[in-house]
Amino acid sequence: MSGIPHDHYEPKTSGEKWLNSRLPIVGLLYDTLMIPTPKNLNWMWIWGIVLTFCLALQIVTGIVLVMHYTPHVDLAFASIEHIMRNVNGGYMLRYLHMNGASLFFVAVYIHIFRGLFYGSYKAPREITWIIGMLIYLMMMGTAFMGYVLPWGQMSFWGATVITGLFGAIPFVGDAIQTWLLGGPAVDNATLNRFFSLHYLLPFVIAALVIVHIWAFHTTGNNNPTGVEVRRGSKAEAEKDTLPFWPYFVIKDLFALAVILVVFWAIVGYMPNYLGHPDNYIEANPLVTPAHIVPEWYFLPFYAILRAFTGEVWVVQFASFITGGIIDAKFFGVLAMFGAILAMALAPWLDTSTVRSGKYRPMFKWWFYLLVIDFFALMWLGAMPAEEPYATFSLIASAYWFAYFFVILPILGVIEKPLAQPETIEEDFNAHYGKADADATPAE
Amino acid sequence: MSHAEDHEGTRRDFLYYVAGGAGVVATGAAVWPLVNQMNPSADVQALSSIRVDVSGVETGTQLTVKWLGKPVFIRHRTGAEIQEAKEQDAEGVDALPDPLARNFNIAADAPATDANRVMPSPEGEAPGAWIVQMGVCTHLGCVPLGDAGDFGGWFCPCHGSHYDLAGRIRKGPAPENLPVPPAEWVDNSTIKLG
Repeated sequence: MSGIPHDHYEPKTSGEKWLNSRLPIVGLLYDTLMIPTPKNLNWMWIWGIVLTFCLALQIVTGIVLVMHYTPHVDLAFASIEHIMRNVNGGYMLRYLHMNGASLFFVAVYIHIFRGLFYGSYKAPREITWIIGMLIYLMMMGTAFMGYVLPWGQMSFWGATVITGLFGAIPFVGDAIQTWLLGGPAVDNATLNRFFSLHYLLPFVIAALVIVHIWAFHTTGNNNPTGVEVRRGSKAEAEKDTLPFWPYFVIKDLFALAVILVVFWAIVGYMPNYLGHPDNYIEANPLVTPAHIVPEWYFLPFYAILRAFTGEVWVVQFASFITGGIIDAKFFGVLAMFGAILAMALAPWLDTSTVRSGKYRPMFKWWFYLLVIDFFALMWLGAMPAEEPYATFSLIASAYWFAYFFVILPILGVIEKPLAQPETIEEDFNAHYGKADADATPAE
Repeated sequence: MSHAEDHEGTRRDFLYYVAGGAGVVATGAAVWPLVNQMNPSADVQALSSIRVDVSGVETGTQLTVKWLGKPVFIRHRTGAEIQEAKEQDAEGVDALPDPLARNFNIAADAPATDANRVMPSPEGEAPGAWIVQMGVCTHLGCVPLGDAGDFGGWFCPCHGSHYDLAGRIRKGPAPENLPVPPAEWVDNSTIKLG
């Protein structure tokens, strides 16, 4: 499976040989687990395991929550309270599931920004990156539909606003919106189908995760230097790598344990910190809460959605040249999805031949500014739609697009990169001291 | 598949196209019911007409009723409000973000004057005393708040759209005026929606 030369599974006993000639599943698992992994990976490479854990946590807690939940407009809210008050340990399961979504997004954002800094999206890892973006989109869809299920005020109005985005599509928008909702407004039909899809999508994500892993096991992991593992021979490759098991598994599990300490503290002591009190009021189609705010993990893109109002000249220009087909509402929707598409296109927008941001003196600062921009958008998304936040949102949104469509293409041309190490081994030795020729791993 | 020299098309080519075409049609026929089941069901469609008793709606107040799963604002305007709405009219419809009346009961290209947005008044009441409109912000579907905003009409708290006393968008991200649903007087105190 991997392009990096390494030892493959050899069935030894007659039982193993019997199975292997019929279904080489042990070999597949062995090669996956023993994959040669660059030995200089830093702590930013632990988030994949955290994400895998989150997916498992959400699926397991989700399946048991469904045993007590009722997807009907008259009963959904009460069934959540039933879980919270009556079901044995139900409050804990629900709080784990609620906050598990937040941990999932914390991990996915760090994982994405890790990729953006170290150039993990660049050739030959574009497919891994695209699959990752698809997973991220599916995560957003799943999280959004999951948030509707408790049928609180934020559930209902969040669903109304977000499905309203599809109504902004010219000509067919209303028909699509009605089709998505199963009626003229968010109602029982909507709740039922969201429940069905919320149960389905995590398994689609699980399948995409397997493809994601398959893709980067084919190309090999990126690493902090961005320098490829040498593949001339097995001996050469072994100077740059260590097997995933046990070295990286143990490291990742240690990191996971540390993260779970924080996670458990939040679940145990402040489980509603990231939620909204309005969602403990049952959904009411006749009253909109004073301030509709999406969950924190949607805020940056929500800020971009709101930034492009009819007063912005870009919006007026777009409306003018399309003869009014793209109005302010549709422009905002396009901008929001465009912001995610921009990330997905990064492999083709970044013209630099240097992979890792460590060796790109100018890129670094623009990247750090993008991180600040992301947090600024997150903050602005939670603010009311008025000045001065509207102007700030516009500036922050503009930078997000400028980073991908202007800065990344230009930097590759004008930037003079720093010297990169020849090999991963050289980088490793520079950090951890020169080992013997036979390179025993750090004691 | 076919031979490069053969421009005529063979029996085999024909069979490929027929089999392929049948496969596409069969797939479409199988997928369509799966797509169509998500459209509004018969019971949802059946709730498309209701009657509302508005005898208790005093001037200066608003009744909000649920019709097709969405709120409908039935407002009984005061004399001062009627006057103010007329003054707002004076700026002309071309100055409005949306110059169309969006009133289901009249022509689709009617201009958004106050007179084109209000209900015809029942006997004994000043013209423009009643205005009926969907309580759904044309931006992203929130319910605007009454007696609020910079123009004395409605204000949507979600993304800051301001509507005037005739429910016309004046400021903010919403693209259209609040739509006026099909509505008529059944008698002097009952409005039929739908």
